Amino acid sequence: MSGITQGIRTFRQAAGERWRTAPRAVRWSVLAAVIIFFYALPNKEFYQYLGPIPTTESNFGQVLFTISIYVLLAVGLNVVVGFAGLLDLGYFGFFAVGAYTVAVLTSPSSDIKTLWPWLAVVPIAIALTAISGVALGTPTLRLRGDYLAIVTLGFAEMIRIAATSSSFLKGQRGFNQIPHPPGEYADGRPIFGVLDARPYYWLVLTLILLVVFGVRNLTRSRVGRAWVSIREDEDAAQLMGVPTFTFKLWAFAIGAAIGGLAGALFAGKQNFVNSQSFELLNSIIILAAVILGGSGNIVGAIVGGGLVAYLIERFRGIEVLGVELYEFRFLAFGVILIIMMIFRPQGLIPNRRRAAELKDRRKEVTVGG
Amino acid sequence: MDFTGLFSHFGELTTTGLAQGAIYALVALGYTLVYGVLRLINFAHSEVFISGAFAAIWTWSMLGLNQDSKVSGFGSILLYLLIAMVVAALASALAATVIERVAYRPLRRRNAPPLAFLITAIGASITISEAFGIFTRRLPQGVPNLVSNEPLFHIAGTPIRVMEVLIIGAALLMMVGLDTFINRTRFGRGIRAVAQDPDTAALMGVNRDRTILLVFIAGGTMAGVAGLLYDIRIGAVTYSVGFLLGLKAFTAAVLGGIGNLRGALLGGLLLGLVENYASELFGSQWKDFAAFAVLVVLLMFRPTGLLGESLGRARA
Repeated sequence: MSGITQGIRTFRQAAGERWRTAPRAVRWSVLAAVIIFFYALPNKEFYQYLGPIPTTESNFGQVLFTISIYVLLAVGLNVVVGFAGLLDLGYFGFFAVGAYTVAVLTSPSSDIKTLWPWLAVVPIAIALTAISGVALGTPTLRLRGDYLAIVTLGFAEMIRIAATSSSFLKGQRGFNQIPHPPGEYADGRPIFGVLDARPYYWLVLTLILLVVFGVRNLTRSRVGRAWVSIREDEDAAQLMGVPTFTFKLWAFAIGAAIGGLAGALFAGKQNFVNSQSFELLNSIIILAAVILGGSGNIVGAIVGGGLVAYLIERFRGIEVLGVELYEFRFLAFGVILIIMMIFRPQGLIPNRRRAAELKDRRKEVTVGG
Repeated sequence: MDFTGLFSHFGELTTTGLAQGAIYALVALGYTLVYGVLRLINFAHSEVFISGAFAAIWTWSMLGLNQDSKVSGFGSILLYLLIAMVVAALASALAATVIERVAYRPLRRRNAPPLAFLITAIGASITISEAFGIFTRRLPQGVPNLVSNEPLFHIAGTPIRVMEVLIIGAALLMMVGLDTFINRTRFGRGIRAVAQDPDTAALMGVNRDRTILLVFIAGGTMAGVAGLLYDIRIGAVTYSVGFLLGLKAFTAAVLGGIGNLRGALLGGLLLGLVENYASELFGSQWKDFAAFAVLVVLLMFRPTGLLGESLGRARA
């Protein structure tokens, strides 16, 4: 047993080493191949050769769209949890703010009837979620971390209650006829229609690439270094002159804005938003995805988000011994979270620096409680 | 905004609010105890509570009661309640022990960062609540009608019901018991010592792991009784109700000052009242919204809660 794990470990280290020392051209071409693979994935001509990978039930393009939204959310939450080390348990609340902003400003069933086009509303939605992130963060980010966790949880719940109960947000009836993103084919058919989910998936995929590019550059800048220092030791960072509160607020706002973008995309695809789309457990699922993949590592967050969303969809409609596996999905999550934290707290694809921090901590003497 | 409703029902809103608040307070004690000693939000405490609530129901059904059965006679009702209370307290204490052993102790051994504890806590919470959900087929479990909802007597036109007297009385009794346990016994002294300074306490011969376990058991017992009282008050339990109740109870603990036993009592009762008044003013669907709004506003102005944080300090 230990021989096998040892073997896996050596292989992984060798693979990691090889990747890091590979020439830049090789790395870029591998990356390009991966990206092309994911762009090609929703086409039937392509995925029919992939054996058991496509989900049996429903439309694979639709499933891929759902997965891509989760990946985008995981990338956003990773900024908050992974980089700055702030535990946000209500991340889905920002997703809801984004979706509802789009719904209220575009849908004919909204009370204010502005009926603006989707594209014009997306920047507003992103700005509004970022502002709500700042508004929520300002009172709570000065407090200890665990308070933040509970307040964000409360925030998501408040958003959900407001969506269910206020007449302005329509509750269960929701908003319909939310416009799709613009664009037409040469023959006049809209690109973003109702039947074909693939264009939406490609849109989200493109945006994921842009967001990842932005976040990656950010983490390698002064801001990113400040985040890491806050995560490692906030007091020390403060003493070294890092304005910790400002940078925590930035992380919170950026994470919120990415969540808002995901919400706006979701609303534009779904065409319908009501209060049932925002169950609290979703926040936990995304958090689980980030932790599972390896918090603090963008690739880890992407893999985690993709894997978790994919597994949920893959479980659907499979029966083992007369029970549907889908029923056990959250139970499985709970168990995975515990096991991961005990045996592999750094995640599947860890951030190297984060893994080193965790290793270092084990040797420290316990201080306080 | 319906102020006339608030004034005309003020007395009744107060009594029902206090009954609900007493349940919050009992659950809040568990959060406060664990937080005082470990500086950890025991997110899975809501599932400790729900274990007690289900244990009581299943005890009654094993004794041949279901949600339609009527029991008469003061003695037999009291007996049923006491048996269910003991079982619920035991079940919750057991659940708390299991969570401590499986989810927290391995992490303490490795000196894991606080974030890791919170995440395993969430994992444990989901696991337990889903296990109950699958076991009960996600259906609400009915409670036999043991305690009448008849008014016992009236004070200034406000009916005081048997159920409310029972709930508030039982909750206060448990709290006095816990307060005595923490402040007057040897074990309680150990708990306070570990809360104050774990290393020095260990040097003075306090067994840290055992003290922590004791804290979880004490909190679990309180939550078990709270589960039973919840059964009596609401009349049905679904596997998922623990989550919201736990969140509210935590809010109550923070409201009163987390780590402070009397603060938990104050916060719980206050939260119950605020919720009830708000639901009359704005409509019942805004009840939970009001509870969280109070939390956020309070944290802005007084982050240590109304009575301040302390378990180890002079007064618990």
